[in-house]
Amino acid sequence: MTASTTSRDPRRRKRRQNAAALLFWLTVWQLAAMGVGQELFLASPLTTFRTLLSLLGDGAFWRAIGYSSLRIIGGFLLGLGGGILLAVMAAWSSWIRVLITPFASVMKAIPVASFVILAIIWAGSANLAVVISLLMVLPIVYINTLEGILHTDRELLEMARVFRIPPLRRALYVYLPQTAPFVVSACSVSLGLCWKSGVAAEVIGITSGSLGELLYESKIYLDTGELFACTVVIVGLSVVFEKLFLLGLTRLQRWLEGGRML
Amino acid sequence: MTRNIVAENLSRFYGETAALDGFSACFAGGEITCLLGPSGCGKTTLLRLLLGLEHPDSGCIRGLEGVPVSAVFQEDRLVPGLSAMGNLLLCCPGTGREELEAQLARVGLSREDIHRPARELSGGMRRRVAIVRAMAAPSQAVVMDEPFKGLDPNTWQQTADYVLESRKGRTLIAVTHDERDVEALGARVVRMPTLASR
Repeated sequence: MTASTTSRDPRRRKRRQNAAALLFWLTVWQLAAMGVGQELFLASPLTTFRTLLSLLGDGAFWRAIGYSSLRIIGGFLLGLGGGILLAVMAAWSSWIRVLITPFASVMKAIPVASFVILAIIWAGSANLAVVISLLMVLPIVYINTLEGILHTDRELLEMARVFRIPPLRRALYVYLPQTAPFVVSACSVSLGLCWKSGVAAEVIGITSGSLGELLYESKIYLDTGELFACTVVIVGLSVVFEKLFLLGLTRLQRWLEGGRML
Repeated sequence: MTRNIVAENLSRFYGETAALDGFSACFAGGEITCLLGPSGCGKTTLLRLLLGLEHPDSGCIRGLEGVPVSAVFQEDRLVPGLSAMGNLLLCCPGTGREELEAQLARVGLSREDIHRPARELSGGMRRRVAIVRAMAAPSQAVVMDEPFKGLDPNTWQQTADYVLESRKGRTLIAVTHDERDVEALGARVVRMPTLASR
């Protein structure tokens, strides 16, 4: 057996295990749907798949995907940028930290529904998902990033001071590598959350032309198949975006560690 | 001309405990001085005061005002994800890659090692990178805390020779427990007494 074959084996095994687990749960779902016997209460995987195929052939569905994705991802990126900026400011000044930290903690605890109603009043329903995603992501990113910055190795910071490393280089090569795991963890948590809360906001606000509106309509017309199909798409979008985004962050970190900017 | 560095009646307390109590010494400009003394006598505290990382509770340091000082810390303090070369480029912006590569080669690092992340280097290699960083950085004085700790005899000699060659007239103050370091560097000795005997 060659070395390359042995190194690939665990990955193949993991893939097989994942496929088996997926098959297992699809079977459980199918059996449960057959047991319930009414598509209204529990659509079967087959019905969901058929509805999904018909939805994918509809241009309006693709437009809804684009509409919601743009707003939810936009809100996420604004929340990420805002959270990092506030964390940097809070790490720089204890006064800013004292002002922002309790506010961020309260934001984290406020129910999404309260935010949604307020956001409808403030921003209307068209950009509701942007506001809600931003509000969900910002406190998590702020709190985690601040923790990362404050936990930066003091010995390396002293080294940077002694060698008079300029602020931008200090940020990129001393702070960033040590804060990155905290930011990645915040992104991982908040990415799922912003899709969930963004779509929930669209359902409550009945945002025209969004995935949330499709979910709302499936409730009105008691179309459980469409509800399940839309949910599958939302979960898929969330997972794909999370993987791509985290991959991008890892690549960025590796690129910086390569010292190409030095 | 390099100025003398004068420590005058320096004291530093951590709570009730004295780390340095009324210490005075003069480090001649452009010379090499080794600080010797038992553990806990305040050698590292003195270096931290010289680097401006801490301030004395009483006494003062003259001759270092506005003077860039580079250092080899007791720990290597390299950015773990950056390569040896990356760590040098971070701290020595004025020096070219080829020059830095040559300096790393002088302390026995291969071309391959130079481009490996610092976290993958052995303890001895990391120590040598930290030494090259201090010597290659733009400074008028260099302070070193047990610089040759953990180096085998061959590497130790090679690195001590490199330090002497690359010092270029700068004041060098090194903390050590090893009399061989004093000899290899041809240094003047300042013995720091235990705190109780002061």
